[in-house]
Amino acid sequence: MGIDHESVVAVSKSWGLFYLIAMAAGVLVYTLWPGNRKRFTRAKTSILDKNDRPGE
Amino acid sequence: MVTGLTVSERHMALFVLGALALAGLAMAVGGRGDPLAVHGYIVLAFSLGLGFVVLSALFAPEPPESRLSEYYDDPTRVGIILSLAWAVAGMFVGVWVAALLAWPELTFVDSAWASFGRLRPVHTSGVIFGFGGNALIATSFHVLQRTSRARLPDQFSPWFVLIGYNLFCLIAASGYLIGVTQSKEYAEPEWYADIWLVIVWVAYFVLYIRTLQRRKEPHIYVANWYYMAFILVVAVLHIVNNLAVPVTFGHAKSYSLFSGVQDAMTQWWYGHNAVAFFLTSGFLGMMYYYLPKRAGRPIFSYRLSIISFWGITFMYMWAGAHHLHYTALPQWVQTLGMTFSLVLLVPSWASAGNALATLNGAWHKVRDDATLRFMMVAAVFYGLSTFEGSFMAIRAVNSLSHYTDWTVGHVHAGALGWVAMITFGSLYALVPWMWKTERMYSPRLIELHFWLALAGTVVYVFAMWNSGIIQGLMWRTYNDSGTLAYSFIDSLVAMHPYYIARAFGGLLFLTGAVVCCVNVAMTIRMARHARKAEAGGDVPLYGQAGAAQAGE
Ligand code: HEM
Ligand code: HEM
Repeated sequence: MGIDHESVVAVSKSWGLFYLIAMAAGVLVYTLWPGNRKRFTRAKTSILDKNDRPGE
Repeated sequence: MVTGLTVSERHMALFVLGALALAGLAMAVGGRGDPLAVHGYIVLAFSLGLGFVVLSALFAPEPPESRLSEYYDDPTRVGIILSLAWAVAGMFVGVWVAALLAWPELTFVDSAWASFGRLRPVHTSGVIFGFGGNALIATSFHVLQRTSRARLPDQFSPWFVLIGYNLFCLIAASGYLIGVTQSKEYAEPEWYADIWLVIVWVAYFVLYIRTLQRRKEPHIYVANWYYMAFILVVAVLHIVNNLAVPVTFGHAKSYSLFSGVQDAMTQWWYGHNAVAFFLTSGFLGMMYYYLPKRAGRPIFSYRLSIISFWGITFMYMWAGAHHLHYTALPQWVQTLGMTFSLVLLVPSWASAGNALATLNGAWHKVRDDATLRFMMVAAVFYGLSTFEGSFMAIRAVNSLSHYTDWTVGHVHAGALGWVAMITFGSLYALVPWMWKTERMYSPRLIELHFWLALAGTVVYVFAMWNSGIIQGLMWRTYNDSGTLAYSFIDSLVAMHPYYIARAFGGLLFLTGAVVCCVNVAMTIRMARHARKAEAGGDVPLYGQAGAAQAGE
């Protein structure tokens, strides 16, 4: 197999870093996207609703 | 409960139990003379026993359509009871092994099953998988339905998940006692149990996704993300770490596909993520639902909860190498594990802080309500144990802490202070909802439990910190001639008082769990009486289907 120790190290030191940065950026954009604020506010308050039946 | 299943679901249950019984029979016959046969008989007895339960209600009428306008909570109720039963059993064995360490002569029967090495995994699996796992399954069904405003898609699969999972736990615990183990910590069960767990776990994930697809809420509440990460990642970890080849299909023993340092790395990638996704992620899901619910306040920052979710999900994956400092593992992998462990503190504290900030402004509730206090203390211990963990992951610190009781102290700061506390808090909130009573039978017993649990945790953790640091220092103290100043037995003698203290702290904690069981049992009784009085006698049982189910 072509996967030796050195190439694994190289991949994790380069692409590993980029992939983490890209994922982190993606998450931050999603959470801080202004348009998402409304759904988040609804999500966090709607669990406090006392109604204990499935929605229609 | 069986009457709550539709007739075709009852047929399905019988079919699956029949297939399981056949599998048990095959194990019993094929594994003659091997521990595998013992497990075959257990599987056989288990499925036949349940088969009779289903048969006894096979011809009951179909459940009323009105059930579809309610959530399906029977599996949650049973899951709560199973969780508490495992809690008491697992912690009882915990106190037992603690006592064995303090007084080794206590190995009162001269047989293998009563030895420390076999009882210890019964403790760890009993509390983590039995107590923790059942609590996670029970609460996840509840949270999933409420936050999606959708009923579970069918009534068979939640039972398959819950009961199948408990069969796994039973096979695991009984296996250790008869000497069946893969010798991989937290992954001890052998190949056949592992295969069964994969089936159960896939059913769990599919059930989760199917319910989410039916959701009436546009956004998936963050608690579900944590539960889903728990289910999905545990599946991946479990499958990879347990890749093994059985000696023969009639033999319990198997050999891992990995060897040497690869095996060690795979095991601790698994082991650490078991901590992360079994003992943390799912319980964070619990916290993000029950804490705001109980406090009557929305989570302080929803955005922060999402960021911390992805934070721990990314970072935990890379932290496992901190279990293998100073080993044959390449240095850079150790450094990677250490670095990620340090960064991990950020999302961990974000969650703990988010929980505490949610309570800010409701401190009077925390003071008056022991249930909420359980959750608050859990968040504090979550913060503490993650700080401690990140600290211990530093290579130089680990050179002191590794192999000592400091690790055991860290484990139980997390396990007792965080995992058990958040579970008890959530169960105290959930039980009255599930059995439709105003409140728990006795708030004073909750109060008593809280103090027993807190005292037990503090005694346990302080004893282990002391003993761990002393051990670590004694093992690295040299005298003038450059040899070790203390023999191993010296350090053992120095441990003795701490081991007694630990056993005592554990006993307090166990007593608290027993108090919880009594309180829950009395609540269920109270609910039953109230329902009987309400029904006023002259209504056919069928008219109160919901009540009859709840009481079972
Ligand atoms: C009644 C309370 C408890 C007592 C007395 C107790 C006692 C013990 C003892 C004596 C050990 C073995 C330590 C050693 O080998 O040196 C142990 C290990 C362990 N316990 Fe507990 N325990 C308790 C509760 C729990 C709970 C509730 C959990 C999890 C939710 C838990 C998780 C563990 C784990 C993961 C280990 C393995 C630690 C390691 O390998 O480093 N324990 N416990
Ligand atoms: C940021 C979070 C955490 C980090 C960085 C961390 C780090 C560590 C480190 C460095 C060790 C010692 C490894 C060794 O020397 O062998 C350890 C052991 C352990 N930790 Fe944590 N920890 C964290 C959180 C938690 C939490 C919240 C829990 C549990 C409920 C937990 C449960 C355990 C267990 C069970 C072990 C023992 C593993 C064994 O059997 O050897 N940890 N952790």
